[in-house]
Amino acid sequence: MTYVLVVVALVVVALVALVVVRSRTRRPVLAPPVAPLPEVLVEEVAARPSLDEPDALRTRLASSRGVLDRLRNLSGEGALSREQRDVVEEVLLRSDLGVSTTRAVLEQLDQGVHLGVAGEVRRVLLEFLDRDRGVRLVADPGRIPVWLFVGVNGVGKTTTIGKLAQHHVDEGRHVVLAAGDTFRAAAADQLALWAERASADIVRATEGADPGSVIHDALGRAGARHADIVLADTAGRRANNTNLLDELRKVRRVADRDPGQVVETLLVLDATTGQNALSQAREFLAAAEVTGIVLTKLDGTARGGIVVAIERELGIPVKFVGVGERVEDLRVFVPEDFVDSLLAP
Amino acid sequence: MFDALSDRLERLSASLRSRGRLSPGDIDAALEEVRTALLEADVELTVVRAFLDAVRTRLVGASLATSLTPGQQVIKAVHEQLIEVLGATPLKVTYASRPPTVVLLAGLQGAGKTTAAAALAQWFKAQGRQPYLVAADLQRPAAVEQLRVLGDSIGVDVYSEPSDPVSVAREGVERARRLGRDVVIVDTAGRLAVDAPLMAEVRAISDATSPHYTFLVIDAVTGQDAVHTARAFHDSLSLSGLIVTKLDYDARGGAVLSARGVVGRPVVFASTGEKVGDFELFHPDRIASRILGMGDALSLIERAEATMDADVVANSASRLMSGQFTLEDFLAQLNQVRKMGSFGGLMKLMPGVTKEMRNAASNVDDRELNKIEAIIQSMTPRERRDPAVLDGSRRTRIAAGSGTSVNAVNQLLKQFGEMKKMMRQMAGGGMPNLPGKLGRAAQMAARADRSREVPAGFEALGAGLRAGSPAPSPSGKNKKKKGGRVTPPKQR
Repeated sequence: MTYVLVVVALVVVALVALVVVRSRTRRPVLAPPVAPLPEVLVEEVAARPSLDEPDALRTRLASSRGVLDRLRNLSGEGALSREQRDVVEEVLLRSDLGVSTTRAVLEQLDQGVHLGVAGEVRRVLLEFLDRDRGVRLVADPGRIPVWLFVGVNGVGKTTTIGKLAQHHVDEGRHVVLAAGDTFRAAAADQLALWAERASADIVRATEGADPGSVIHDALGRAGARHADIVLADTAGRRANNTNLLDELRKVRRVADRDPGQVVETLLVLDATTGQNALSQAREFLAAAEVTGIVLTKLDGTARGGIVVAIERELGIPVKFVGVGERVEDLRVFVPEDFVDSLLAP
Repeated sequence: MFDALSDRLERLSASLRSRGRLSPGDIDAALEEVRTALLEADVELTVVRAFLDAVRTRLVGASLATSLTPGQQVIKAVHEQLIEVLGATPLKVTYASRPPTVVLLAGLQGAGKTTAAAALAQWFKAQGRQPYLVAADLQRPAAVEQLRVLGDSIGVDVYSEPSDPVSVAREGVERARRLGRDVVIVDTAGRLAVDAPLMAEVRAISDATSPHYTFLVIDAVTGQDAVHTARAFHDSLSLSGLIVTKLDYDARGGAVLSARGVVGRPVVFASTGEKVGDFELFHPDRIASRILGMGDALSLIERAEATMDADVVANSASRLMSGQFTLEDFLAQLNQVRKMGSFGGLMKLMPGVTKEMRNAASNVDDRELNKIEAIIQSMTPRERRDPAVLDGSRRTRIAAGSGTSVNAVNQLLKQFGEMKKMMRQMAGGGMPNLPGKLGRAAQMAARADRSREVPAGFEALGAGLRAGSPAPSPSGKNKKKKGGRVTPPKQR
């Protein structure tokens, strides 16, 4: 704790200084120079190059053939050419893999290419995605398994829970939903619609109620009705607010208290999210012991490559992916399919 | 993972500094760092390339007659270019001569359209208009309900009915006209850009209502995909501007630049929180600093003003300057700062902070802060005012009372003594003794936004400080010393 004080002191002093300097430099306002609205910076968004055409960078031809067919025919061996390297880098960056993971892939490729460029990239990416993806459905004897869903706003937590509830019900389980998002207006209504559709039980409270108490009540209901599993929703929260993360910590504690047992904490991530997903994962891992990721909205043009960085750096595996609106569009994550779609043109 | 661009360029600058003028090789090396910074901020690759070309042009043409180091020259060029691209001329909202003015909101699922719709209504209300909300999002379960609840909370009527989105929108605008409302905001269903039927639907709504403004609501955490989204919506709706949401996340927000880069429309509003009130006109300079990782002094100050109790701060700060800073003041300050969020997050916003300090700050555990609080609260008021009275037995009592060890109490007291000394030095030397960059950034921030008033408490504080000795040159010695103390978390 030695350095803590110094940091605190610096923060305080720096804040004061900022405010003071600002108040000091207030002078009569000069109108900002009015520049003409800049033209569109980019006329044409470049199409993703394909991995086996070194000149794709220059020609930017969108290819119509399936890249996977061509991958199988690839026979590039030995060292990577400068152009090939650029193409690989571009493909990976455009998939939101991030700068450091992209560099890690390139470093591996620099050690020699044996399976063709695309094949080698595929191999390296699959190597990064090597965690166990099993989901726990059973708690210790006498306890009720709880799946807790966490994430930032607007990633599709409530929808994901609705779809998973349907899956569980279809597999013959008795499901209780806990509408723990007591913050967003009408979030509980949204979950209630899903509960009705899936014929699952739901426990809800009024808006602004304590989320912990909702989950507590849900566990009570689950115990009384001998439910097989509780799926607990939480309010979307940004990952850089200590108070909200503390609240989440508490919610998890409540859910994990006898008779409940949190067997999965699933972080719901939106595939369109960029590098911020990594810090989201880091914060939620620290606050709620995340055991897996649900990657939603993969049916758009976004690739969701940031999950590779998350699995590589934080060891959190993706367990489910959402590829559409329908219930059956929420699927178990298959690394091979995911990598193929990352590399597809 | 996110290194500030300034850090990166500093590493480069050993080779750059020796020469006054940037050679083509220097520019290449510097631009490579800029490229990484932009990519880490989620700026789309094509946009990055176009952007770097523009910066290169600026740099090659730049004269050497400045006092800036080459590294600073690069940052300045990038910063200026960012601001220019992000919208030197903000969109001025004008109203239709024949009301109502129709505003259409479109965007992907989860971008925050519904909240933005309510926030926008609130904003128009604050401008003295009578807004009317139309919930044409009939896709997401309970979306209409959400808008109704939000509408209630801000006192704006919401129209919807379970028919089809196009007729809801048309009827909504018609009703607004009959009711004499002058602004209608139409919330549409979230959709995926590739989804042709839904895209056709929003197009039909647009045709039916002929909106005066069509805003794309885009999420600041979006990655490389932002360009596709923006382009798809622009192609079918011809956007008039962008609304950025979730700027309160610690994302760099490069998506804003990506979207801006492909549609050429300005970012008009930004939402910085989930509450309807966290919504304001967009400031390009702020996001420019963020994208570069230069810290966001303005946001920091605003957050400070919003959450800190100005009286408490001013009070203990003036005592701090006069050397009478007590543990009680320290506790008050600590609580004020903790209200603002995590230390790591704050440090990220703070400009001119070294990487070591940032790391140290993000390692600060809440529990350790709790411990400090417990120790101080276990002291009597007299002990807090005058730690000198703390003998062995008192320390043992405090340790027991706070559930810590005597060792921890000793450490805290020792650190507090050092901190006091440091602050006294700073007070004696006046504020400019702070790291030079920090002061400069604050000045930049000040220049960028002079219109807002500083609360009385802070003003008084400023006056008190001005009375101290004025403006010595930034002292590198002081800065170094502080950095050195922070880095090694030696004894634990």
